[in-house]
Amino acid sequence: MSPRDVVLHDLTMKEAARAASGKRVDLLIIADLVEPGAKVLDVGSGDGELLELLATTRGCDARGIEISRAGVNAGVARGLAVIQGDADIDLADYPDDAFDYVILSQTLQATRRPKWVLEQMLRVGRRVIVSIPNFGFWRVRLDLLLNGRMPSTENLPYSWYDTPNIHFCTIRDFVALVDEVGARIEHATALNGYGQKVRLNLPWAVWNLLGEQAVFLLSRGE
Amino acid sequence: MSESETVNDPNPTDAGGQERPVGPGRAYEALARAQADFPQSELVRFGPERSLTLDAGVTLGPFQIAYQTYGTLNADKSNAILICHALSGDQHAANIHPVTGKPGWWETLIGPGKPIDTTRFFVISSNVLGGCLGTTGPSSINPATGAPYGLDLPVVTIRDMVRAQAMLVDHLGIDRLLAVVGGSMGGMQVLQWAVSYPERVFAAMPMAAAARHSAQNIAFHEVGRQAVMADPDWRGGRYLLEGTSPRRGLAVARMAAHITYMSDGSLHRKFGRRLQDRDGRTFSFDADFQVESYLRHQGEAFVDRFDANSYLYVTRAMDYFDLAGDYGGVLANAFKGTKTRFCLVSFTSDWLFPTSDSRAVVHALNAAGASVSFAEIESDKGHDAFLLDEPELTAITRGFLDSAARTLGVA
Repeated sequence: MSPRDVVLHDLTMKEAARAASGKRVDLLIIADLVEPGAKVLDVGSGDGELLELLATTRGCDARGIEISRAGVNAGVARGLAVIQGDADIDLADYPDDAFDYVILSQTLQATRRPKWVLEQMLRVGRRVIVSIPNFGFWRVRLDLLLNGRMPSTENLPYSWYDTPNIHFCTIRDFVALVDEVGARIEHATALNGYGQKVRLNLPWAVWNLLGEQAVFLLSRGE
Repeated sequence: MSESETVNDPNPTDAGGQERPVGPGRAYEALARAQADFPQSELVRFGPERSLTLDAGVTLGPFQIAYQTYGTLNADKSNAILICHALSGDQHAANIHPVTGKPGWWETLIGPGKPIDTTRFFVISSNVLGGCLGTTGPSSINPATGAPYGLDLPVVTIRDMVRAQAMLVDHLGIDRLLAVVGGSMGGMQVLQWAVSYPERVFAAMPMAAAARHSAQNIAFHEVGRQAVMADPDWRGGRYLLEGTSPRRGLAVARMAAHITYMSDGSLHRKFGRRLQDRDGRTFSFDADFQVESYLRHQGEAFVDRFDANSYLYVTRAMDYFDLAGDYGGVLANAFKGTKTRFCLVSFTSDWLFPTSDSRAVVHALNAAGASVSFAEIESDKGHDAFLLDEPELTAITRGFLDSAARTLGVA
């Protein structure tokens, strides 16, 4: 599969305006992938930024799981439906097809069992949206090549010994995992180092270089 | 009032059991007794034609419910919040208590501008069935005999309490409650409300609660009951008729229970091994330690305002609580199809209703597809934390209720 097979859409003026208002660009892209009024579970919902975006701009029934107590309490205090829980364990409690979308933004690399988490998400949600930081991004590769130290970027500022990100992957690694769990990529977007979409219809290998992060919309393969 | 109304006493070390006389004692007790039939509260009486069918398989009627309200019911009756009190609480959640003269037990959360905002919401707080502050309980007069029920009152359950509350809500002309909120046994009632009357509860907020009482908690309650019943002044439950009062037994029950409401950390922080008004050990069984003195005070203060038989009935109701029991042991089935939105809260140092209890409810709600929030709040104050000024609890309660009110268009 190449990016040519999936729908790409341009960064609209509306999105650009919202991006300028300080929202994380990947969250804006995710929000636009979600159909209005959908029932959504955000796994690793942080302080509830995406949940609020989904509830206010898309009219979604949006719920979150977040592992940090501070994040949960901030979210609940904002009137959002957030529970304290661990994606590595608690996804098992949800029934099949409980949600229209299950979202994992910038969190897959921090789970202990990424493959299990992805499988559970595909079971619980009819569609799955995953955004990942791309460890194959050219600047990361260059950093490792030139400095010989584990890369640390603005997006990934941790040192190797205290990073919560224990399962890094590249865009190509993730695409391979999607194949392995039998899911289908319905849509993919890569963002370059400036938070802009990589718009060219190029092979994954190029996205893998130019994309600092990527957003995927997945469905169960038949 | 609360499970431990003076746990946040600014100066607990002054509370000497032996050293300082505690209140007028029996005078308070007499005042409290009078509340059983003639409470200083709103009162609704249900005649024999509106009797309650209890889980015990018998009917209770006539009976009465004593309650307080705060704020004003709006025109479309959409702003009512029901408060459910804990084991030793009562309806006086946000007003000066008529017996003790102390502030309401939940004034941290209820009041003008507070999360349960009495300028926006119509707040209802009733005494539970089996209680002793005006709702029918063992110290109420049995109309069939003209004497206090004592142990002739049928054993009541959490569900019976909730049935009675639903009749009160009917009486007030309210179809659907904006929210039902409560902690500990109050949280059990909240969960029961959501299961018994899902369409009447828009939002449910059980704090420091569980869907069933654990073996350990039943065990503690049994110790308390045995302490009451071992007091010769209990007289087989007929102490009101015989003019005695099992003060010592009930005080011991309260002392033991009070320990379970706190945590090792909070006891250590408040008292450590400090001595009470003395320079050294007395080599006697006096209350040498501040913690002993504090507990004695707690026991004494409690018996002034609480009926011993009520303590038996209400602890029993908690012990019998097992929400999944009627659903083949599968808690998720109790919540099947619910539209109620839930917000559960637990506290890190609560070992009586630990986080795992709340989490079990959250798992069941998730399995049922319900809308649920769950926050564990960091606190060293143990189970009683829900009654205390915890900023995160305040923020969460405000956020959850604001969101519910917004959704229902409550101004």
